[in-house]
Amino acid sequence: MAQNSLNKLTIHQLLDAFRRGEATSEEAVGQTLSAIEQRRDLNAFISVEARQNLLDAARKADKIRASRVDKSSESPPLLGVPIALKDNICVRDGAVTAGSRMLANFVSPYDATVVEKLRQAGAIIVGKTNMDEFSMGSSSETSYFGPVKNPHDPTRVAGGSSGGSAAAVASMQCAAALGSDTGGSIRQPAAFCGVVGVKPTYGRVSRYGLVAFASSLDQIGPMTRSVEDAALILEVICGEDPRDATSAQATVPRFRDALTGGVEGLKIGIPREYMGATRGVDAQVLSRVEAAVAKLKDAGAELLEVSLPHTEYAVATYYLVATAEASSNLARFDGVRYGHRAEAANLDEMYEKSRAEGFGSEVIRRIMLGTYVLSSGQLGQYYSKAQQVRTCIRQDFDRVFDEVDALVSPVAPTAPFLIGERIDDPLTMYLADIFTISANLAGIPGMSVPCGETDAGLPVGLQILAPAFDEATMFRVAAEVER
Amino acid sequence: MAISDEEILRIAKLAHIRLDAADVEKYRRDLNGILNYIDTLKTLDACEEPTTHVISTTSRLREDKVEDVLPVEKVLENAPAVEDGQFRVPKVLEGE
Repeated sequence: MAQNSLNKLTIHQLLDAFRRGEATSEEAVGQTLSAIEQRRDLNAFISVEARQNLLDAARKADKIRASRVDKSSESPPLLGVPIALKDNICVRDGAVTAGSRMLANFVSPYDATVVEKLRQAGAIIVGKTNMDEFSMGSSSETSYFGPVKNPHDPTRVAGGSSGGSAAAVASMQCAAALGSDTGGSIRQPAAFCGVVGVKPTYGRVSRYGLVAFASSLDQIGPMTRSVEDAALILEVICGEDPRDATSAQATVPRFRDALTGGVEGLKIGIPREYMGATRGVDAQVLSRVEAAVAKLKDAGAELLEVSLPHTEYAVATYYLVATAEASSNLARFDGVRYGHRAEAANLDEMYEKSRAEGFGSEVIRRIMLGTYVLSSGQLGQYYSKAQQVRTCIRQDFDRVFDEVDALVSPVAPTAPFLIGERIDDPLTMYLADIFTISANLAGIPGMSVPCGETDAGLPVGLQILAPAFDEATMFRVAAEVER
Repeated sequence: MAISDEEILRIAKLAHIRLDAADVEKYRRDLNGILNYIDTLKTLDACEEPTTHVISTTSRLREDKVEDVLPVEKVLENAPAVEDGQFRVPKVLEGE
């Protein structure tokens, strides 16, 4: 194993190298830092931890590992592994910008629960990754800190809103990263950058310390170079948290156990509303997805066509629910206690100017839409209706999961598009979320697994959806696709 | 069902966001385009129960005793202006 490409290893390969004494965490972190330095052109990171601090942490990890050689107990599962975090996850005494001018100078006074868990597992947090502002976007172009470039073609988007995390993992700038997913923001950039991305069941991972976008939809999840790595990280970050009232009281299984199951006898549904050129799916994307699905059939899975009849209302429902919740969540940014404060003669002016100056136009657009749909006179027409349609969408999945064990589909209708191509056309951007959005509305888990490239070398992802709390089935299918 | 300029200004007021004339035009155009699309929901015979929580849960209460809290100094650390342990802001306009 080449000593100078430790940054290219998966977490499992790295841990093996550590265990066999072939590499140290200090070496791995050093090479990770070099990679970060070399790939600044991608703009994947907003901030990187100081070199000295990272090397100190790595040396500590090496000492801990060495002192455990004779002990029978296992090392912390991510000991000495360099991991990046989307910059909407709070790290104590560190920046958390949410990709926005509003929080450009904010320093978090506390660690998010996922950060506490990663630290307990021995992981080394190398930096914060770039993202669409306040997670609002599907391209990572709305960031106050500039767009993220796709490592496969830097003239193209990395996807969003967790584009920085996806690009960093794809370009070997860290062993893995965390992203967040509200309408596809882990799965779509994972597909666009050719990495694995998992959105867990709603409630599996604590949202304490995640800058809120839409509280009933947001989830944090892993972005990795292998399915096995994603399963491991998910085991570490899942768990009930008394500090998150929406966290689920569900035991966390050993997700890695699901990887060797194979798909023999598994019933896999193909939603007719998600497939085919009539859904606007690019021909090359469709053919890579169909090839992956055929592979599952050859491996013994039974394929069935199923229907999710309320699919055509999903985008509209999402953009009502999510923007309404966002307008409420972002009301806290008023220049009073933290964040950008504008010069103003009186309090109202301070609120209005701070928010106009601190937020970018996509954020303002969504706050305006959310405010409108929640205002008296509109509430019954839009938001209440959306909440009811959301129930219909959940029931579609309940019905379908009575017939099949998992669903497969494309993640996005196209390959990564050019930077600047869609930024002035919000509706086109929103419509492309069609395949990922329903999983957030229904609360079910979903993941993206790489399943090939277009002729131009652009990554394509296969989406796998499973019933709530059944990530194990999702991982079973993913492991087969990856094989 | 088009939104007017006045309506955009009303929404901006509710959202406490200052818009200039060019912004008003831009957001009016954007919101009308999006709402036009969203109007498809109106014709739908929707399901009975609205979803307010996607997982079944009830309010989880804890004992009313003081737990780990953020020290006041930490709370004030990111404040643009502080005085006497409080957040200092411009005055509210009188008589509004």
